[in-house]
Amino acid sequence: MLETPALPRTATLRPLDTRHPFETPEGIDLPLRPAGLPVRALAFALDLALRGLILGVLLAGLAFLGNVGLGLGSLLLFLVSWWYMVLFEVLNQGRSPGKQWMGLRVVHDDGTPIGWAASLIRNLLRAVDMLPFGYALGAISCLQHPTFKRLGDLAAGTLVVYRERAPTRPQLPPALPLTPPFPLTLNEQRAVLGFAERQGQLSSERVAELAALLAQPLHVAESDSVARLNGIARGLLGTT
Amino acid sequence: MKQSQFENRHLAEWQQFSQLLKHLEQGRAKGTAYGDFPQRYRRLCQHLAMARERGYSSLLIDQLQQEVLRGHQQFYRHRSRVSAQILGFILGGFPRLVREQWRFVLAASLLFFGSLIGIGVLVYLFPELIYSLIPAAQVSEMQSMYDPAAGHLGRVADRAASEDWMMFGYYVMHNIGIAFQTFAGGVLYGLGSVFFLIYNGLVIGAIAGHLTQIGSGQHFWSFVIGHGAFELSAIALAGAAGLQLGWALIAPGRLTRGEALRIAAGKSIQLIAGVILFLTIAAFIEAYWSSLTRITASTKYAVGAALWLLVAAYLLLAGRTPHAPE
Repeated sequence: MLETPALPRTATLRPLDTRHPFETPEGIDLPLRPAGLPVRALAFALDLALRGLILGVLLAGLAFLGNVGLGLGSLLLFLVSWWYMVLFEVLNQGRSPGKQWMGLRVVHDDGTPIGWAASLIRNLLRAVDMLPFGYALGAISCLQHPTFKRLGDLAAGTLVVYRERAPTRPQLPPALPLTPPFPLTLNEQRAVLGFAERQGQLSSERVAELAALLAQPLHVAESDSVARLNGIARGLLGTT
Repeated sequence: MKQSQFENRHLAEWQQFSQLLKHLEQGRAKGTAYGDFPQRYRRLCQHLAMARERGYSSLLIDQLQQEVLRGHQQFYRHRSRVSAQILGFILGGFPRLVREQWRFVLAASLLFFGSLIGIGVLVYLFPELIYSLIPAAQVSEMQSMYDPAAGHLGRVADRAASEDWMMFGYYVMHNIGIAFQTFAGGVLYGLGSVFFLIYNGLVIGAIAGHLTQIGSGQHFWSFVIGHGAFELSAIALAGAAGLQLGWALIAPGRLTRGEALRIAAGKSIQLIAGVILFLTIAAFIEAYWSSLTRITASTKYAVGAALWLLVAAYLLLAGRTPHAPE
């Protein structure tokens, strides 16, 4: 194993992204990725359309039942307008159909699955987020909050996050394993590995350009730097 | 240890864990199948910590992070016995909560019943006042609904069972909707709740005063007294829950406003659960009892008074003994 100098804590820059880290009781920092306004608005629009569709179909069916149908219809209207989100969020792992399609889910601030109380709070407070028209308050609150919470989320302590998707692990480009010419820090190690793993997604010109930046510290010609970096990455990864 | 050695050594373990997670997420794991889940989960956490500390590639770390996150969500979820909780809540938890929050309940009741009674008396004394509160068309609709000459009560004449069903559905939807609005308005520094409490108090009071004044009082009061016990107190309680939210924002104490709001919301949502219960009972009474015309007005007054006493006794006395059967 390589000896790597410990990373100075103060030197870590806050990355410019929306990740929201939280610490688990095991002492692990896990990142959640909160979802912003546009994708949530889309999910809500999908849910709205689906609710309209459900109500339309069922009410048309119930209209044949006369007054019992009317009673059932208004119960149904109540259920769908106030409980649709709550039921789906609690029973379907924080995902209403619209959120499911957009790849979102609702969790507590500490990353645990949403429960009845929190879901009821955040969905009842929709009535306020909708004020004065078209979710204006909710949108303002969402846009100014670092983790995109509307008022309901603030009160309930919930987050709407992107659902994690299993990443595909690309093969490293073939190269002869090399030891780095000087000790690398953790971040440097990770950057070299990341360079090798993501090469498939970049054009060859860009790959050459990026690798050329390191030609001088590696003491190689610019044309050889890609192969040299791949070799170091192989060396870091170890033989399979 | 090199990254690939590390991966090769633990790959089988990770795949097993991932399989187990899948079962848990689909709710298929039963009994002893996941008895060693905590150990496996903590081991995975350890692997993630090692992978980070050794500077392994970020794709591996991402992958492990996702598995840990999935495990975290399965491990730290709340699984409680819902039915026992609900029973305990009805038998003692809800009245205790109402008494604990008596300040907000008192404030909301004063706002709601104060405006209700105040405007009722005013409209009774000065009949024209109702037209400055409620549109004339709505007033005449109300008048015909409770007209003694027409011989029917509430919205519909002597109704078949199917109509009772219809009204039950209507009442549930309409009243719980109002209660939810009253609650949600509280997040606007309590102003929304105050508004809805006073507004609803004014409308109900004005109609009551007006109908009494024109001589439909008997009809109106015998109709509303039964379910009013649950319905009116539920609206006041919903307002109390909303005021609690608002107060957390106005005077958060030593917490940040967001934190105070979150804590207040957790409490007030329990009040709302009780409100939903009350309003469902109210809708039931309203649809199946209040609308009955065979029963004399005096019986209805007696039952109504008993229901008011029941609500008061429940909220004041239930759940006081520490060993209540919960």
